Parts: sequence; structure tokens; C-alpha cells
Amino acid sequence: MGQITLKDITKSFDDTQVIPPLNLDIKDGEFVVFVGPSGCGKSTLLRLIAGLEDVSSGDIVIDGNDATHAAPSERGLAMVFQSYALYPHMSVRKNIAFPLKMAGLDKDKIDEKVSGAAEVLNLTDYLERRPGQLSGGQRQRVAIGRAIVREPAAFLFDEPLSNLDAALRVNMRSEIIDLHHQLKTTMVYVTHDQVEAMTMADKIVVLNAGVIEQVGSPLELYHSPKSRFVAGFIGSPKMNFIPGTANNDAAFEIGVRPEHLLVVTEGGEFRGKVASAEHLGSDTFVRVDVPGVGEVNARVNGDIDVNYGDEVGLQINGPVYRFDEDGLAI
Amino acid sequence: MATTHSKAAARLMIAPSVVLLLLWMIVPLGLTIYFSFLKYNLLKPGTEWFGFKNYYYFLTDPSFVEALANTFYLVGGVIFITIVGGVLFGLLLNKDFWGRGIVRLMVIAPFFIMPTVSALVWKNMFMNPVNGLFAYAANLIGAEPIDFLAHFPLASITGIVAWQWLPFATLILLTALQSLDQEQMEAAEMDGASPWSRFWYITLPHLARPITVVILIETIFLLGVFAEILVTTNGGPGAASTTLTYIIYRVARLGFDAGGGAAGGVVAVILANIVAIFLMRMIGKNLDK
Amino acid sequence: MARQQTISNKLVWTVLAWILGATIFFPILWTVLTSFKTEAQAISIPPVMFDFDWTFENYETVQERSNYSRHFWNSVVISVGSTLLGLLIAVPAAWAMAFVPGKRTKDVLMWMLSTKMMPAVGVMIPIYLMVQSAGLLDSKTALVIIMMLVNLPIIIWMLYTYFKEIPGDILEAARMDGASLKNEIIYVLTPMAVPGIASTMLLNVILAWNEAFWTLNLTAAKAAPLTAFIASYSSPEGLFYAKLSAASTMAIAPILIMGWFSQKQLVRGLTFGAVK
Ligand SMILES: Nc1ncnc2c1ncn2[C@@H]1O[C@H](COP(=O)(O)OP(=O)(O)O)[C@@H](O)[C@H]1O
Ligand SMILES: [Mg+2]
Repeated sequence: MGQITLKDITKSFDDTQVIPPLNLDIKDGEFVVFVGPSGCGKSTLLRLIAGLEDVSSGDIVIDGNDATHAAPSERGLAMVFQSYALYPHMSVRKNIAFPLKMAGLDKDKIDEKVSGAAEVLNLTDYLERRPGQLSGGQRQRVAIGRAIVREPAAFLFDEPLSNLDAALRVNMRSEIIDLHHQLKTTMVYVTHDQVEAMTMADKIVVLNAGVIEQVGSPLELYHSPKSRFVAGFIGSPKMNFIPGTANNDAAFEIGVRPEHLLVVTEGGEFRGKVASAEHLGSDTFVRVDVPGVGEVNARVNGDIDVNYGDEVGLQINGPVYRFDEDGLAI
Repeated sequence: MATTHSKAAARLMIAPSVVLLLLWMIVPLGLTIYFSFLKYNLLKPGTEWFGFKNYYYFLTDPSFVEALANTFYLVGGVIFITIVGGVLFGLLLNKDFWGRGIVRLMVIAPFFIMPTVSALVWKNMFMNPVNGLFAYAANLIGAEPIDFLAHFPLASITGIVAWQWLPFATLILLTALQSLDQEQMEAAEMDGASPWSRFWYITLPHLARPITVVILIETIFLLGVFAEILVTTNGGPGAASTTLTYIIYRVARLGFDAGGGAAGGVVAVILANIVAIFLMRMIGKNLDK
Repeated sequence: MARQQTISNKLVWTVLAWILGATIFFPILWTVLTSFKTEAQAISIPPVMFDFDWTFENYETVQERSNYSRHFWNSVVISVGSTLLGLLIAVPAAWAMAFVPGKRTKDVLMWMLSTKMMPAVGVMIPIYLMVQSAGLLDSKTALVIIMMLVNLPIIIWMLYTYFKEIPGDILEAARMDGASLKNEIIYVLTPMAVPGIASTMLLNVILAWNEAFWTLNLTAAKAAPLTAFIASYSSPEGLFYAKLSAASTMAIAPILIMGWFSQKQLVRGLTFGAVK
């Protein structure tokens, strides 16, 4: 089981409220990602769930039990830290075994579980090494191993991949997804990277300054963002925002995703000069300088023949999002 | 982590240290201030109120001004020698050469020598005008041997103390030099900076912080230099090598004048505080980077 | 060092560095050598460097004449005792300041360091009188306590900088892993803190061993550590170079060796982590 409910929780550090009253339901077995810009309170929220910080008010319910004031170890959760937080003086084996030892399991049982976890995570050859002798990816796996063996009700991840290089990050991402499929345990995952959020989550929670902007599946957020903030945050490259007046729309501002624009030689809703064209092979990212609007990005097919300085038109070929003065979707 | 509970426990853990240091500061200092207003001779029973007379006598003693100047020359001299020497030696030891480990051990050794030993070794085996190695060297080149401690007492003591502290400065500045970014140096070289301007514009600014630290720590210890004077010159001849520390020792312990010594102690504390405020400002600026 | 330098360059630096090292080290070497000479050879002209009849008689004489081992033992008790006592008081304080920092932590630390600025002579008379009235003049107890107080700020500072480097994440991980406070201390904190505590201890033993204001002022024949004992050689009747050298060599050897072993930790320890 791994069902977590947050009821009206708030968190203040001294006099500054970092989390205003917040409600959230996390279902058993769900992969939930908290995403938002740096400093928006993702880690704080995760640490409140973990019990590493006390809530200022509100309740936390885990599997039907009030866990608001329970110690971290009593909540049955495991956490993987951004810095890995491995014990530097213990071998990989001892690191993974540590929570089991604390739980008072007997030696044979511990050995069995550690070997099992090591096998799943490809760490069998490294069990006797110290964390200092491992690469970043291996350390990450040890941290995950330490979390797995406890068979927790839920896993908490705080930006676990941000210290890895790009290629390794993609690998580890799939490994965590596979792990979730295997274990079917609830996972709460914090990241500032919307690509990670989109690729991994069953449910994404978009946070902005401690407030939940929207909760939904990746495609819900992509297709029907409730606010300009979510619309701008989800999707890559970023959505284009164009003042409503520029196109006689009944909106303060409209948004068009780059993939919903076509580059045409004649006509089009907007015209301008190509400021850059990045030919990636599979796609082409075209940046067009539109007078009176600003730069507009388009993502079009890979073989298009546009170059710097060409005069082109942009034609909308998909949904147009409308936002009012407050940035809410209309 | 930072829950109310742990905050209270933390206070409890810090309390003994704070209380002890507070007592260690306040009780003796309070008594010193009190004694400084008494006519209090350690050999005679009884005390009487003396007003500011102790201060008057202490401050108008001609050797007080001399001691103040001597303290300044000693501390300033040692700091100057150790910083300049430390930078030069640090630069040298930072070069690639054979036997780095052994040379390093030899260079830091004097720092671990107890003050009475180094003072006596220098006094007898080097500076002694008859049997010292310096006298032998002087004879060798046909010069008159110099009685260092009689003719240049303060300079000699400065030399001895500098020998003890040079390793400290060298080691710290060497460590700092080793953390100097090599790419920055190479970038400067590509930009056409001469070795001298590289030293002036890159190395020296990089050393500003460690030099500050050296000055602070050496000042703390050097203001209290005592044993070196006691076993070499006893402050003499006259008051030529008497420092503030030593003059108070003389008044209180050799003259048995507790009141006078206490007045001197108060003066020393005030002066040390002036230096401390000055230093703390300087470090505060330099360390908060 | 990124670049290969020519052999001749390296040779020049090697010669210069060795000359420097040998010059600085020479007084110590000379003392050690002299301790194995006879008194006559010690002041012979021209001086002899290695070519003399090596003898241990100075060590024997020093030992017999002045009960050297008692003073040595005094030094051990005072330096080690004051350091251990200091650690006992400082470890919890430094620990709390590093892991549960409050708004005033930095101020408290600065204040502690500033107590080191108080000149010893400023409080010499009351301390002397207090020790005297407690009947502890010329006792190891008084020196252990005073040396502990003198070095307490340094011990706290050094420990603080070491503890500060233990990442808080790891302690939180231990808590998540279900470690009780007791187990957290035994399995996680202590192993990570021990190296820092050990270097703090080593450095403070060195500082206390060589301290020569309070030891000279508060001891006489009985409790005098080596600093005070060696000082007694400054009187004219103590002027025997070979014996002075033997006594000195024994006094500095243990600490010199300890110092050499701790040299890696020395810089960061003595600069409170400001220079690493
Ligand atoms: N222990 C703390 N004390 C004071 N402020 C904090 C503390 N932890 C976090 N904050 C503040 O709370 C806000 C949210 O921080 P955090 O949850 O770490 O953001 P994120 O993980 O989304 O980058 C930030 O403005 C941060 O400065
Ligand atoms: Mg964070």
C-alpha cells in the first residue's frame, strides 16, 4: 500500500510561508511527479511528506493513518536524495543493508535481500567498494538499492538525476520507470525538468510558488493547460505567447505550440524574417522575427529548406490557447 | 531537522562551553580590574585602596613606552618576515623538484619545537659570542664576533620567533598556492602577462585571504610571546627586549606588586581589544567570501 | 605543474629547495647531533658535524640528574589530559552548532575566538592567586584545567569546521532508514566525525605540549612539564651544550614526529578551515 493524502498542509520558515494551504491525493501505485521552477517548494513538499520537516498546519495521512507527527522512520517511506547521501565509510553492501540492520532483520535475510537488490541494479560486482570509488550513476543505483530493500509504502525522489550527465540521465530515467513497472510501488518524484516529468509520470503536479497550478496526466497538461504558467512550462520547445491584439482574438494573450505552426513561403498568420534555423535532421527548429509580435518559434519537419534571413510566413495548424489578464485559460 | 526539540537540546549542548568561557573571561578579568585599584603587595599582608595610582605609575614608567614599542616591533617584525618569507618559500616549494616530501618535513619542523628549546638552542649554540656557531663563522671570515643578545636583543628575539613561525606561514601559503587555478595562470600567460604581472595580479590577490589568516593567528600568539624572552635576555639589557607581556610579568612576579601588575594587565587587555577589533573587522571582510 | 619542465630547471629548483630546507632545519639537526657529543666536542673549534665519537652519556646524565622522566610524564598528562577534557566539553557544543545552527551561532563562535585575544598576562595575577588559594600551585590538575580553557575556543572551532563538512543529507538519510538517534550516532555520525576529532586532538596536544606561559608561571619542581624543565637550563650553571641538547632532543622528538604525521591536517586545522 502507498496512499498519501495531504490535507490543507502549510509550511512556513520563520515568517515566510513557502507552502500555502495545499491539498493533494496520491493513489497507491501511482508515479507522481512534482514539477516546477527551482525554489517553488518542491523539495519542501517532499520533505514534509517524508517527515524531515514538520508541517506548520494541516494533516498528512498515509494508508489511512494520521502520519502528521510520525517520525520519518515510522512512515514506511524511502527517500533517494539529490546528493545520494550514501554513507561514505560503509561499503556498498553495508549501505544497502543499513535500513535492514536498523529494522533488526537477521543476517541471512539481510544478505538475501541485498543480493537481490544488487542483482536488479547491476551492482553485484561493486558490493565491496566504498561510495567514493563509484561513478555517479553507480552511486545513484546504490541510493536506489538502499531504498528498495526496505520495501517501502512509497519512494520519494528529490531530483535524483540532476547530478548525472545527459546520456546517463536518460538511461537512469528508463531504469526508474522499469523499476516502477516491476515493483508497482507508489513513487513521488521531484524535478524541475518538464521532460522528466512528461516521460515518467502517471500524474504530474505543477507547482508555482508553493501553489498547485494543475494536477493531471502528462497529456491532459499538454492538451488542456489551465493556465499560462502550465502551458509555458509543459512542452518543448516552449509555447509561443502572442498578445491577443495582434490577431484580433478575444483574449488578452494567445498561445501556440511550436509544433502547431507550419512554415510557408506565401501567406500565413504571421510573417517575418528567419532569425535562425536549426536543422536537427528529424526536426527543424525555426525562429522567426515577426514585426510587432516578437520572436516566434516553430518546429517543423526535418527536410524543410529555410535559412537565416529568408522571408517566411507562419501558419497555425493546431489548437490555439487563449488566456485572460490573470493568465488563466479561457 | 530543525525542530523545536532539537533546538533546545542544542542549547543544552553548547551551554557548558559558553559558561566555562564566560567564567574564564569574566572572573579573572573582574578581579584584575579590582586589584588594579588596590595597593597590593604579594609579600605584605593586607591591601588598601589606591585609586588610579597603579595606572599612573605603570603608564609613566619610562620602560612602559619602550615595552609598547618593543611589542610593536616584535609582532610587526615577525609578521613581516614570515609573510614575505612565507610567500617566497611557498612559491619555491610549489615548484616541481626532487624530494618535495622531505624538504616539506624539514621546513615545517621548527613549528613543533617548544619555545624554551628553540630559544635556548639559538641563544647558546648559535648566538653565544664565545662558543656559538655565529661567532665561529665571524672568526672564520676574520670579523669580530657579535654578542647578539647583548647588542641586538630585540632583533635577535625577533629572529628566533620568526624562525618558529616561518614554517607556519610557508605551509599555509603553500597550501593556498596549490589551490590556485592553473588554467587561470595559463589564460593569463596566453594574454601575454609577464611572470611578474602574473604574480602581482593573480597569485598575490589569491593569497590575500590566507595572508589575512596568517596575520590574525600569528598576532594572537605573538602578543603573548614570553618564554623566548625569559630564557634569552630576561627583558634586558635594561628594558631593551621587554615587551608588554614581559613588563607585567616583571612588575607582578618579580616585583611582587599585584596592584601594579593588574593595572598593566588591564592596559594590555584594552590594547589587545583594540587590535582584536581591528583584526576581526579585517577578517570579517576577508573570510565571508 | 600541468606542464613538463626541463630537467635543468628542475635541478635548479631542487638545489634551491634543499638549501632552504636544510638551512631552516639545521638548528634542529645540530641540536640532535650535539646531544651525542661529549661536552668538549660540543664546543670544539672547529665544530664537528658528524665525525665525532657518538655517545649516549648525555641522555643518561640528564635522566639521572634531573629526574627527566617525571617532567616528561607531566607534559604528557597536561597536554593529553587538557585535550581530552576539552574534547569532552567541545564535541557536543561544536556538534550542536554545526547541525542545529541558530541565528546567533556565528556570533557565538566569533565571541569564543575573541576570548583567545585576551592576553594571558591580563589575567595572570588573579589566576595565580586563585590557583594558590585552591592549594593547586605546582600541580598538574591546575594546568590541565587552565590549558583546557586556553585551548577550548580553538578546539571548538576546529571541530566545528570538521563537523560542518558532514553533509546533513546523510543524517536525514539515516533517519529515513529507520535509525534511532542512538544508532544514528553509533553507525553514521561517529565514523564520519572521528577523523576530524582525531586531528583536532593531535593538534591540541601539540599546542598544549609547547605552551610556555602558564606552565612557566604556575609550576615549580614538582609539576613542571618539559617547557619549564628546559627553561631551567638557561641559568649559567646549566650551561652544558651536550646535555642541553640531549634534554631538548627528548623534549621535542615525540611532538616533532606527531607533527610530521599530522602535517596534512595542520593547515586546515590551524586556520579553522579557512585555508585548505
Ligand atoms: N530550511 C529552510 N529555511 C528557510 N527557508 C527555506 C528552507 N528550506 C527551503 N526554504 C525556502 O523555501 C523555498 C522553497 O524551497 P525548496 O523547497 O527547496 O524549492 P525547490 O526544491 O522547489 O527548488 C525557497 O524559497 C527556499 O529558500
Ligand atoms: Mg529542491
